[in-house]
Amino acid sequence: MEHFDLSLVNWSRAQFALTAMYHWVFVPLTLGLAFIIAFMETLYVKTGDEEWKRITKFWMTLFGINFAIGVATGIILEFEFGTNWSNYSWFVGDIFGAPLAIEGIMAFFMESTFIAVMFFGWNKVSKKFHLVSTWLVAVGANLSALWILVANGWMQYPAGMYFNPDTARNEMHNFWEVLFSPVAINKFLHTITSGYVLAAIFVIGVSAWYMLKGRNILLAKRSIIVAAVFGLVTSIFLALTGDGSAYQVAQKQPMKLAAMEGLYEGQEGAPLIVVGALTPGKQFDDDMDPYIFRIQIPKMLSFLGYRSGDAFVPGVKDLVEGGYTYVDKNGVEKVALSAEQKIERGKIAIKALADYTAAKDANDTVAVAYNRALLNDNFEYFGYGYLNNPKSIIPNVPLTFYSFHIMVALGFLFIGFFMLILYLVYFRQFKINKWILRLSILMIPLAYIASQTGWIVAEVGRQPWVIQDILPTVAAVSRIDSSAVQITFFLFFTIFTALLIAELRIMFKQIKIGSKEGDK
Amino acid sequence: MVDTTYIFLQHYWWFIISLLGALLVFLLFVQGGQTLIYTLGKTELERTMLINALGRKWEFTFTTLVTFGGAFFASFPLFYSTSFGGAYWVWMAILFCFIVQAISYEFRSKPNNFLGQRTYEVFLYINGLLGTILFGTAVATFFTGSMFSVDKMNLTDVNNPVISSWETPWHGLEAALNLHNLALGLAVFFLARTLAILYFMNHVNHNAIFERAKKHLLYNALPFVVLFLVFVIWLMLRDGFAVNPSDGTVFMEKYKYLHNLIQMPVILIVFLVGVLLVLWGIAKSLISNYTKGIWFTGVGTVLAVLALFLIAGWNNTAYYPSTFNLQHSLTIFNSSSSKFTLTVMSFVSLLIPFVVAYIWYAWKSINVKQIDEYEMSSESHVY
Ligand code: HDD
Ligand code: HEM
Ligand code: HEM
Repeated sequence: MEHFDLSLVNWSRAQFALTAMYHWVFVPLTLGLAFIIAFMETLYVKTGDEEWKRITKFWMTLFGINFAIGVATGIILEFEFGTNWSNYSWFVGDIFGAPLAIEGIMAFFMESTFIAVMFFGWNKVSKKFHLVSTWLVAVGANLSALWILVANGWMQYPAGMYFNPDTARNEMHNFWEVLFSPVAINKFLHTITSGYVLAAIFVIGVSAWYMLKGRNILLAKRSIIVAAVFGLVTSIFLALTGDGSAYQVAQKQPMKLAAMEGLYEGQEGAPLIVVGALTPGKQFDDDMDPYIFRIQIPKMLSFLGYRSGDAFVPGVKDLVEGGYTYVDKNGVEKVALSAEQKIERGKIAIKALADYTAAKDANDTVAVAYNRALLNDNFEYFGYGYLNNPKSIIPNVPLTFYSFHIMVALGFLFIGFFMLILYLVYFRQFKINKWILRLSILMIPLAYIASQTGWIVAEVGRQPWVIQDILPTVAAVSRIDSSAVQITFFLFFTIFTALLIAELRIMFKQIKIGSKEGDK
Repeated sequence: MVDTTYIFLQHYWWFIISLLGALLVFLLFVQGGQTLIYTLGKTELERTMLINALGRKWEFTFTTLVTFGGAFFASFPLFYSTSFGGAYWVWMAILFCFIVQAISYEFRSKPNNFLGQRTYEVFLYINGLLGTILFGTAVATFFTGSMFSVDKMNLTDVNNPVISSWETPWHGLEAALNLHNLALGLAVFFLARTLAILYFMNHVNHNAIFERAKKHLLYNALPFVVLFLVFVIWLMLRDGFAVNPSDGTVFMEKYKYLHNLIQMPVILIVFLVGVLLVLWGIAKSLISNYTKGIWFTGVGTVLAVLALFLIAGWNNTAYYPSTFNLQHSLTIFNSSSSKFTLTVMSFVSLLIPFVVAYIWYAWKSINVKQIDEYEMSSESHVY
């Protein structure tokens, strides 16, 4: 690897992670709150009750503050594909660019157009048109999520494409395969529902604060009802789509699954770790016990990953060393290659591409045909050719493992939480004691943590790949000085942090002010 | 083996990119207006009115920029890869200008906003000043070229597979040192201000602001016209980057851009009509109390900029020339997406008229009233 500028790669990764995680602080609230507001306004239009209008407008103000900064952090992500991952932009731009463009044309314009009506249209357009606009904002926000997640899903599981040696890039041959890839679908559903859950918790938490303070009680109670119902339904769906995502990971990214579970040695009937701690310093090829302690459900991992309690789940070691049998996507039983063999085949593929081009320039048709076939036979390992060390196919196991377990634990906690709140609302007539109200506020940061850890699982767990098996992160970067990326990293860090502080202070202030006209 | 459908699609997508670029330049009036808030608004209320007049439109400019980027990525990925990854500093600077803009409207007048109202106004000013100049400068490199190299076969060098690199350490900043680029950058800046003034004259109902706007119209329109003429005349006289359609080689051709206009007379007409409309809108607003100048100048801007973009890419011209190695220049043929992707995207582009229609409808329905003092006190969402 001596020629790769590792410092450049690492700073570029750090910068992308930083900006993506900042974007993701704001996006989930937008996704969910948009719907909650739309429900509330629907209630207003249906009942004609002015109080619902006040409630709608209050949450809309918070929505606006959050939305602005979501937009500010989004633009940079889009352009970073070019600025920092320029090689990637060429290599997969033919497929990856399309969803990004469709997102702009279909979703962002819808969102930004109707947001203007939503904020400024109260006195200018009819009630109906206003309501439709509010719904369209929600639809637009969720369509934004759809296209970018299709793009991300495709990176985790490249479908609907082939490699064109004449242009030296991957080209799309089936748009529907890209759009309806099972990874993309699960990712979309799981991610948007995670936004709904987060927003429901946000609304309950803020309302709980009002109840603690003994003010804006009507607003708080009504908001809690809407949010808790929405939250319970979506959080159950969240767990189901999470399971769907894990199933896809098991099929398409077995190394990520092994990292999520800290599974070093594969086994049949593998258990699912419910709670556990990993042994620090564990390497894939030493004899240390991977866990310090664990509580597990026998056979559950095999069941969740392969829908069969006795299925073999490969561990990190099996994936590096190969030799186990598995069933490939065409249903054929195969013996897995070792990482070393895959690297060799990748290098053959890359060399075949070079020879193919040389032969084409020399008009040597025999060599052209030969190298083209050689390239085709080995292309599925193309990306491995840029790696030199079999160990480099292992992601950061502890980070993936702990992030995954935190997310899942919180997911179940949230389901319980929504049930508790609904129980208190319907069977105890809102007699919610102080501790539960305080707990509700505490849930807000937990929802954000769950949401961030989810992305850490997805993105850290797929390292070293930007495009699974086809392009490793090291080969995706632009050629710039790592010092330049360092500077922009710190600029982003400073500016986004300042903006975050500003947004939090404004948000807290607006919550303190409460609904303008106030209520009983 | 000429694939005419593919060639058509490449031209079609260059047209879409050009159209988005042209709309973006028009919508930069928001940026121009941001540099005029203190010039035209002397009291707090006046400034609030101006900011709100702009604040209901900033999202459109922003989203158009985002879509311009996305569409460029999807249709000409090699440009995305070469330009953004190479001219790193220019693009980063432009992006920073837009990041600070996006929050400024919403945060400016909110209590407890941490940085203070003035800071957000400075953000808006920076966005208006640098955003326009840098964008104009970057677009000018479509005609003047940049120092980069591209070699797709670098991919087969497993230790250093990067296909494109910038061949100066300035990473794009050097573009701002070229006077021809700068002429366009500054022209865009003054154009944005001119458009903003015309927009205020149309949309803000306030006598003092109207009078000030009219006075400043001259101060901004004049430098705009001069700089624009300098840029265009220079462009017509300079050598251009031509492509040999049979083998794709790039060579310098005398008066290439002038030839492009002459050889594509429709574009010449579009360009001239555009320029006339721009001048007409300005002139009429200068000599009478006319408030609809923005429509003429706005439509004219879109037409003129569209024509400029088109002569950069159509008629066998290299739209992103490399002055490092002519043969590395990007053309709409060698940098585009595959035929399949362009076809898919063309179906998607059928949505554009529909999108424009609902934007128009929504825009009209909230623009029914001009911005005035009463509006500012009765509206619940004020920036
Ligand atoms: C409120 C946030 C939240 C909560 C409570 C959960 N998730 Fe999640 N999860 C996300 C928010 C999230 C996310 C941020 O939306 C991610 C990141 C990438 C993605 O596709 O969704 C994610 C990713 C993600 C992945 C990785 C997908 C991939 O790598 O492509 C799996 C396997 C799960 N989740 C599974 C679960 C399970 C079984 C949960 C149990 C209830 C769960 N998640 C709760
Ligand atoms: C907004 C939610 C997201 C968050 C919080 C997030 C988080 C992260 C993190 C933590 C990394 C660093 C991984 C590492 O370097 O070890 C990363 C890398 C990356 N992610 Fe995401 N991600 C998000 C969405 C996306 C989406 C939607 C895409 C693509 C469409 C994407 C593409 C990438 C790329 C290209 C990298 C850089 C290469 C790499 O290090 O893998 N991310 N992301
Ligand atoms: C690397 C990946 C991403 C890129 C390149 C990206 C790009 C962008 C851009 C450019 C904007 C501003 C749009 C405007 O002008 O209105 C934006 C906003 C937005 N993005 Fe992302 N985004 C990414 C990840 C995500 C993810 C993972 C989601 C959702 C699952 C998402 C959902 C949204 C939404 C809903 C908005 C509207 C503004 C807001 O929510 O505050 N984005 N994004």
